[in-house]
Amino acid sequence: MNWADLNLMPALPEIFMIAAVLVILMLDLFISDAKRCITYGLTLLTIAICAGLQVYTYAPVPEHTFSGMFVNDALSALIKLCMYGATAVVLVYTRQYNETRGLFRGEFFTMSLFALLGMNMMVSASHFVSLYMGLELLSLSLYSLIALQRDSVKATEAAMKYFVLGALASGLLLYGISMIYGATGTMELAGVAKAIKSHNANGMLLVFGLVFIVAGLCFKLGTVPFHMWVPDVYQGSPTAVTLMVGAAPKLAAFVFVLRILVQGLDAMVDQWQGMLALVAVLSMAIGNVTAIAQTNLKRMLAYSTISHMGFLLLGLIAGTADGYASALFYAIVYVLMSMVSFGILLGLSRAGFECETLDDLKGLNGRNSWYAFLMLLTMFSMAGIPPLAGFYAKLSVIKAIVDIHLYWLAIVAVMMSLIGAFYYLRVVKNIYFDDAQDSSAIVMRADMKLVLSVNGLALLVLGVMPERLVVLCVEAMKHSLSAI
Amino acid sequence: MDITTVIFYILSAVLLFAAVRVVTAKNPVHAVLYLVLAFFTSAGHWLLLQSEFLAITLVLVYVGAVMVLFLFVVMMLDINVEKLREGFWRNLPVAATVALIMAFEMVLILTNQHTGLGEFKAAAPLAADASNVKVLGRLLYTTYLLPFELAAVVLLLAMVAAIGLTMRSRKDTKVVDPADQVKIRRNDRVRIVKMQAEKNVEAADAAESGEQQA
Repeated sequence: MNWADLNLMPALPEIFMIAAVLVILMLDLFISDAKRCITYGLTLLTIAICAGLQVYTYAPVPEHTFSGMFVNDALSALIKLCMYGATAVVLVYTRQYNETRGLFRGEFFTMSLFALLGMNMMVSASHFVSLYMGLELLSLSLYSLIALQRDSVKATEAAMKYFVLGALASGLLLYGISMIYGATGTMELAGVAKAIKSHNANGMLLVFGLVFIVAGLCFKLGTVPFHMWVPDVYQGSPTAVTLMVGAAPKLAAFVFVLRILVQGLDAMVDQWQGMLALVAVLSMAIGNVTAIAQTNLKRMLAYSTISHMGFLLLGLIAGTADGYASALFYAIVYVLMSMVSFGILLGLSRAGFECETLDDLKGLNGRNSWYAFLMLLTMFSMAGIPPLAGFYAKLSVIKAIVDIHLYWLAIVAVMMSLIGAFYYLRVVKNIYFDDAQDSSAIVMRADMKLVLSVNGLALLVLGVMPERLVVLCVEAMKHSLSAI
Repeated sequence: MDITTVIFYILSAVLLFAAVRVVTAKNPVHAVLYLVLAFFTSAGHWLLLQSEFLAITLVLVYVGAVMVLFLFVVMMLDINVEKLREGFWRNLPVAATVALIMAFEMVLILTNQHTGLGEFKAAAPLAADASNVKVLGRLLYTTYLLPFELAAVVLLLAMVAAIGLTMRSRKDTKVVDPADQVKIRRNDRVRIVKMQAEKNVEAADAAESGEQQA
C-alpha cells in the first residue's frame, strides 16, 4: 500500500469524529461550568453529523481500506447508526442526573465520544489488530467514565474491578489471537478464514486459540462463567454511566463476536457451537435465577442482562444467516429496552436521592401513570410477553435454534424465560399494586420526557410491526457475510 | 567459534550476573543500577539479532526514562532493606524448586524433537545496508496505519482520563487564596442573629421536664 491509493472515504465518519473530539476537548477548556450545555450540544451535533456521513458513505458492497484493516459494509453501517442513536439518547437521559451530581463535565462528553469511536472501530474492523485496538479504546473510556465520580467509593471500586477483570479478559483474548496467528500465519479475518478452510492450519493450535478467544469474548459480553463483573459494575457505577455501559457497547460487543467467530473462524463452527451452547444455558439459568434474589434494581437488571446475553447467543449458535440476523434484532431490541428501564431510574433520581431499589418504584402509578406505563411496557418486553418487541426477539432466536433441530436448547430457553418473567412481573406489581413510599413530584426535562416516550413506544411498535427492522437485519447480514 | 558467539557469551554472562545482583544487592539503589545494566546488556542481544531499532528503543525508553524515574522513586522512598529481606532464606527452598521445575520444562521443550520448533528457524542475515528503522517505519505508516493512529487515540484518551480523574477540587486541602482573603466583607464572616431577649419560662420548664422523663 502507498499513500496515493489510500481511500479514506469509507472511514469518513470516524475521521470526522476524532477531529470533532479534538475540537471539543479544546473548546471545553474555555467554557465555564455554567455554560457546559454548549459542550453537550456540540457532542450531540457531532453524533448527528457522523450519522449523516454514515448514510452518505453507505456502500452495498463491502469496502475495505487501510490495507484491509477497516471495512465499511451494510452490517457496520446499520449497527453504527444504532450506536449513534443509542449514545445520543443516553446523553439526553443522563443530562439532568449528571447536572445534580457534578458529572456534567467536559470529560463525560469527550470520553463518551471516545467510547463511541472505539465501538465504531470494533464494528468496522476486519483485522485482529484493529479489532483489539477498538476494544481497548472502548474499555479504557468505560473504565474512566465509571471512575469519574471520584469521591464515590462504590464507583471507584466498580471501576477497579472492571479494570482488573477487563485487563485479564484482554489478555485471554490476545493469547487466543496469538495462537490463531501462529496456526494460520495471518491476522486478517478473511485470510484466517481462508487458511482454515484450506486445511493448511494446525488444528490443535486453532482449537487451543479458539478456547481462549471464546473466553475473552464471553467476558466482554458478560456471560456466565465470566459474568462476575456485570452486577458489581452495574450497581457501583453512577446510573448514568451504567446506562452508558449497558446500551451501545452491547451492540458493539455483539458485532465484535460476530466478526471473529463468524467471519474469521467460520470453519470451526462445530467447535464454538458447543462452547457457546454451554455458555448460553448457564447464562440464562444463573442470570434469571439470581435476579430473583435481588432487591437492588440495578443489580437485578444486571443479572437480567446476563440472561439476555444468553438468549442473544442462541442466534449465534444456530450458525445460519437467519440466526445471525435474529441475534442482531435481539441486540437492537435489548438496547432499546435497557435504555427505557435505566432512563426511568435516571428520571426518578434527583439531587441526594438515587432511585435504585425495588421499593423505590412502589406506587409509581400513583405518582405518574405515564412513566409507570412505560416501565410496564419495558418489563413486559423484557419478559417476552406479546405484543411487545421482546417477545418477537425471543421468538426469532428460539426459532433459529429449532430450525437446526436443537430442541433441548429451545426448551431450556423457554423454561428460563418463564422463570425470568417472575422478577419482571414483580416490578410491575410494585408499580401498580403497592403504596408509594415517597410522594415527591417527578421532575423531568421536556426533551427527556419526549425521547423516553418515543423510546418506550418503539418497543410496542416494533413488537406489532417488526418486519421493517427484521428485513434490515437480514439484508445487512446477507450483504456483509456473503461467505455464508 | 566466531566473534558473534564470543560476544553473545560475554553479554549473556554479564546479563546473568546483573540479573542475580538485582535480587541480591543489599542497597536498593544498587539493585536499580544493576537492572539498568541488565537492560543495557539485553539491548546488546537485540543488536546481535540485527534489530538495532529495538536495541535503541530499549536503551532510550527503559534505561533513559523508566529506570531513571524508578531510581528517583527508590531514592525518595525510605525503604527498610532488612524488613524486605526477612524470610529470604525461609522462602529459598520453594523458590529454588520453582526455578528448577521451570528450567526442567524449558529443557523438555527445547530438546524434544516433536514440538516442531524446527519450523521456526533463525532469520537469514540481513544485508549490510538493511535498515530496521526504515522497514518498521514503512510498516507502521502504511500497512499498520490504522492501528498506529488508534494507539495514538488511546494514549490521548489515557491522558484525558488521567487529568479528568485527578484534577478536582479536594475538600480536604487547606489552600488559601490571598485575593479572596483581602476581598472579604464583614457580611461574609459575621452573622447577626435576632433572638428574643427573654424566654418563656413555662414552655422552657415543660421542655426540661420532658427531657428528664425521657
